[in-house]
Amino acid sequence: MLFFSFFKTLTQQTVTVELKNDISIRGTLKSVDQYLNIKLDDIVVLDELKYPHLSSVKNIFIRGSVVRYVHLPPDKVDRGLLEDACRREAMAQKGKAA
Amino acid sequence: MENLTLNDAPPPSSPQRQPNQSNAVLPGVPQQQGPPQLPPQMFTTAAQLLDLTDKKLLLVLRDGRKIFGILRSWDQFANLVLTDTRERYLVSIPAGTSPDAISATASKDAPSLSANTSLSTSTLPRNLYCDIPRGTYLVRGENVLLLGEVDLDKDDDPPPGYELGDVEEVFRLQHAIDLEKKRKDKIRARKVGQLWGGELEGSGEVLY
Repeated sequence: MLFFSFFKTLTQQTVTVELKNDISIRGTLKSVDQYLNIKLDDIVVLDELKYPHLSSVKNIFIRGSVVRYVHLPPDKVDRGLLEDACRREAMAQKGKAA
Repeated sequence: MENLTLNDAPPPSSPQRQPNQSNAVLPGVPQQQGPPQLPPQMFTTAAQLLDLTDKKLLLVLRDGRKIFGILRSWDQFANLVLTDTRERYLVSIPAGTSPDAISATASKDAPSLSANTSLSTSTLPRNLYCDIPRGTYLVRGENVLLLGEVDLDKDDDPPPGYELGDVEEVFRLQHAIDLEKKRKDKIRARKVGQLWGGELEGSGEVLY
């Protein structure tokens, strides 16, 4: 659930989502869910000529399973916090298992 | 199913939340300047799909099909029902190629198809599209790539650089391109198979 929470903190940021079929779509992150399905607003397709079918589309829902990368604005990512949260979650998992 | 709307007030517990105690897993994350602390029901598949329901959408499938239709029903796996669908075909003919040349590669199986092509041997690149009505679709979620809400103002504009082509012609060209791709993929799969001594893992999950 860590990355779900992490992405929730990034809503309203401009991100670029690269899909497994090589389309890159830039837009405002509106929402994310437990499967990391992503909703983007005001989208721009980076290689519009190659992928013309999204020209009349303004906001999209991307299924989490087809996402390869999400490019994030670096200044919005608190790496220390993320590392902490990761360790804490790992500890919690360990505590649960024991 | 839970009756969700996006305009619901957040559950009674959340309004009392401290403004800077915004997240259980990432505590101390400063409040975003956007909408303050969205209610948790915003972050479910249901909420994401709810405001797309009964709207005209573009559905892109894993096999590369592009389908325009009205979303009528869905579930948490993004299994979808779309009605009044039209499938859009987009084909590019590179400069200096005649449509015959493309279909010729595939015409061994269907020589009659290319026989009726009398169009010019164009030297300019041509981009054609067409829509074919397809009725109602029920799509299994795993095949969904993305769903886009169609901006109705731009709905009637052709895709940039594309012109409306004859349905028969575009369909035939697409078919020829598909066959060619299948042929190449088969060759590649065979070569990869020889190199790896078996089918490559995940090769069944090809995306277009």
